[in-house]
Amino acid sequence: MSQAVLEMKNICKEFPGVKALSDAQLTVRKSSVHALMGENGAGKSTLMKCLFGIYSHDSGSILLEGREVRFKSSKEALENGVAMVHQELNQALKRNVMDNIWLGRYPKKYGISVDEGKMLRETTKIFKTLGINVDPRSIMSTLPVSKRQMVEIAKAVSYDAKVIVFDEPTSSLTEAETEHLFRIIDTLKKRGCGIIYISHKMEEILRISDEVTVMRDGAWIATRPASEMTMEEIIRMMVGRELTNRFPQKTNIPGDVRLEVEALSGQYSDISDISFYLRRGEIVGLAGLAGAGRTELLETIFGYAARKSGRILLDGREITNSNPREAIRHGFALLTEERRATGIFGILNIIENMTVSNLKNSRRLGLWLDSGKLWRDTEDKIGALHIKTPSPRTQIRSLSGGNQQKVILGRWLLTNPEILLLDEPTRGIDVGAKYEIYQLIIDLAKSGKSVLMSSSEIPELLGVCDRIIVMSGGRIAGEVAAGDSTQEEIMTLASKFS
Amino acid sequence: MYLFGNNSRLQAFFQLDRREKNKVLREFLINNSLYIFLIAAIIAIWLTDTSFLSASSVINIISLSAANLPIALGIAGCIVLTGTDLSAGRIVGLTACVVASLLQSSDYATRMFAGGKPINLVLAFIIAVLIGGLVGLVNGFCTAKFNLHPFIVTLSTQLIVYGLLLMYLMIGTNNGQSISGLDSKYTSLVKGSFVSFRGTRIPNFVWFAAIITVIMWFVWNKTAFGKNMFAVGSNPEAASVSGVNVSATIILVFLLAGVLYGVTGFIEAARIGSNSAATGLNYELDAIAACVIGGVSFVGGIGKIRGVIIGVVLLRIIFVGLTFLSIDANMQYVIKGLIILVACAIDMRKYLVRK
Repeated sequence: MSQAVLEMKNICKEFPGVKALSDAQLTVRKSSVHALMGENGAGKSTLMKCLFGIYSHDSGSILLEGREVRFKSSKEALENGVAMVHQELNQALKRNVMDNIWLGRYPKKYGISVDEGKMLRETTKIFKTLGINVDPRSIMSTLPVSKRQMVEIAKAVSYDAKVIVFDEPTSSLTEAETEHLFRIIDTLKKRGCGIIYISHKMEEILRISDEVTVMRDGAWIATRPASEMTMEEIIRMMVGRELTNRFPQKTNIPGDVRLEVEALSGQYSDISDISFYLRRGEIVGLAGLAGAGRTELLETIFGYAARKSGRILLDGREITNSNPREAIRHGFALLTEERRATGIFGILNIIENMTVSNLKNSRRLGLWLDSGKLWRDTEDKIGALHIKTPSPRTQIRSLSGGNQQKVILGRWLLTNPEILLLDEPTRGIDVGAKYEIYQLIIDLAKSGKSVLMSSSEIPELLGVCDRIIVMSGGRIAGEVAAGDSTQEEIMTLASKFS
Repeated sequence: MYLFGNNSRLQAFFQLDRREKNKVLREFLINNSLYIFLIAAIIAIWLTDTSFLSASSVINIISLSAANLPIALGIAGCIVLTGTDLSAGRIVGLTACVVASLLQSSDYATRMFAGGKPINLVLAFIIAVLIGGLVGLVNGFCTAKFNLHPFIVTLSTQLIVYGLLLMYLMIGTNNGQSISGLDSKYTSLVKGSFVSFRGTRIPNFVWFAAIITVIMWFVWNKTAFGKNMFAVGSNPEAASVSGVNVSATIILVFLLAGVLYGVTGFIEAARIGSNSAATGLNYELDAIAACVIGGVSFVGGIGKIRGVIIGVVLLRIIFVGLTFLSIDANMQYVIKGLIILVACAIDMRKYLVRK
């Protein structure tokens, strides 16, 4: 075994009320690929953020080639040879490839003008050693994601990186692109780099990694050579715990079919040939990895994303749902995943946020709004959903994430929807509020509403749903009954087409 | 004001420790610095020249404000949508000239349409509103459907409108000259008065402005369209998901603004008396400045009718005040510019996300 290039020892990090990392360990050897595994929320990203100085760890030490380091920013980390290839690439898309690589440290001619010739020569040299076939002068935004990712890798190499972190690098790559990426990783390995590889895809992990570290609930679970591990073993270590009653009693009883989706495909998204049904009083979960098309499916059903083909039937009658207004008229509601981007009106108050979808029904003589009704409706939902706020006139952005989410749920409940499409309804909210939202979802189903909810937390889907549809690469990979399925089964299905 | 009006707030203030007290006081002073500055300015000008607060001077300020208010109310809606409207002044110019040409008295010597008679006042008003509304509709349509920034759209339409205005003024034997000699029935409707205050007559267009303001307050605060406008201005994506017809809302805001410019054109033609291609020039800039001073923020989704009124009046007090202080006309521009800059900086301060 070669010597360690990076050691992270007993890293602890606490956020107010949450212990994000407790004694996390990670040792990466020279010329090796080290897979870092764990569920969402297991602490992988927090650990990486501590390495790159985005968070400052409370205790523990980080040794780079035996020397203790504590980076203050990812720029400082990069300058010391620790680089990261992000899941969502952060690049200046309007600029060309070599500008991106040399950004912030352009080679200079006579100390004033940028030496374009040198930039081109150096970039070409790096591309050649890595076997990357990209014109250094092409504009970033014209390149596919796979090429842009390679540029990011080349940038890391140009900094002479000793440690390179890959965060879900294959989540948006095709099979051939993935093979190319693996060849590049192999080249990096031969150059002596230590590679940290974060991914949910088991086959990949077992294929390219030398060692595997599993994390769960912010703690180190095990580190072992990949050759000694099986997929089942890794998943068991990742999941670990039994499902306790983090979820309310299920009291809803599914009835007859209300919503049918037939061969739905997106115009601009990757979802294709999606068919399923949803019954009255039923909660159906949507599982899948990042990029599997869960959000796109919900948005397409709601008419917020364009549909290419396929049919949507409500109570056996075909509906078009060509825009959100029409969907709302048909009794649909969509709770979006990106609360800040597509959910709340930050500078407006709770009344305005809560009633925006229901103004039509609050008019007097079809002309002016009944302020009293708007106020009463808002107070009603504040009470029913236990929203903690000083007043209905409070600006929504001053509330906590959980309370903001409840306001948006309240907005939809005011429209009295029949079909609720919930995209990551508990994302970024604390455990107590999560329970309340689970309870609300179950109560809604009990009262005859139909719920289709997407989540990246599989235990949540197992605990709340009746059935779970698993998506992979924009298609349906399978369907399981929540009552007798396991996290392992769902995760295996989720990587079926990716 | 609310510091004294609200007892519980006042009590809470006295319970704070000294550092907190200083902080609250400082915030209060900064957030209300505009009003404090205004009061100080009024007192200073009044001390230099007591006639600044005489009935005739006050009514002069009120009438000048009233003349500008409808444009500001129109532009305010565009700013709430994080947009702007550069075509306002030119639309006022076009509608004013068209209305004036249609309402010249029949015995005026150099009549644009020789030998004709002034048309019906209501018809002239409707024509002004239709022209304004049409340009507003184009502005709104291009903004909403082509996803262009209103800055670009209205920059273009103001040129087009100006070109049309110049062409209109070439009609017949007019040859680009200004249009005057307006029908007395028309001028007395706008400039005449039935109420006077301490011997100074209050012109009728002040009441027109008041009526328009009430209607706009109703539209902004009591209709679904008004609520949708704020929602779109605050977060268009969320508005779309929530079932708001975003395009229709944008188009309607610009259409309404255009109608208000048309109304202003109708009033302005009579108020000025002699209308030329220069009528309405740069009106939009004063209106935008007034809106921003009054707290209608370019951040989007923020603004009150009350704020627009305060902004318009405040700007007018400053303009009139500078003249009262006999400050050099060139220097007045510098001072106006500085005041707008400072007001915007203070406004922006409220919406900064502290990191």
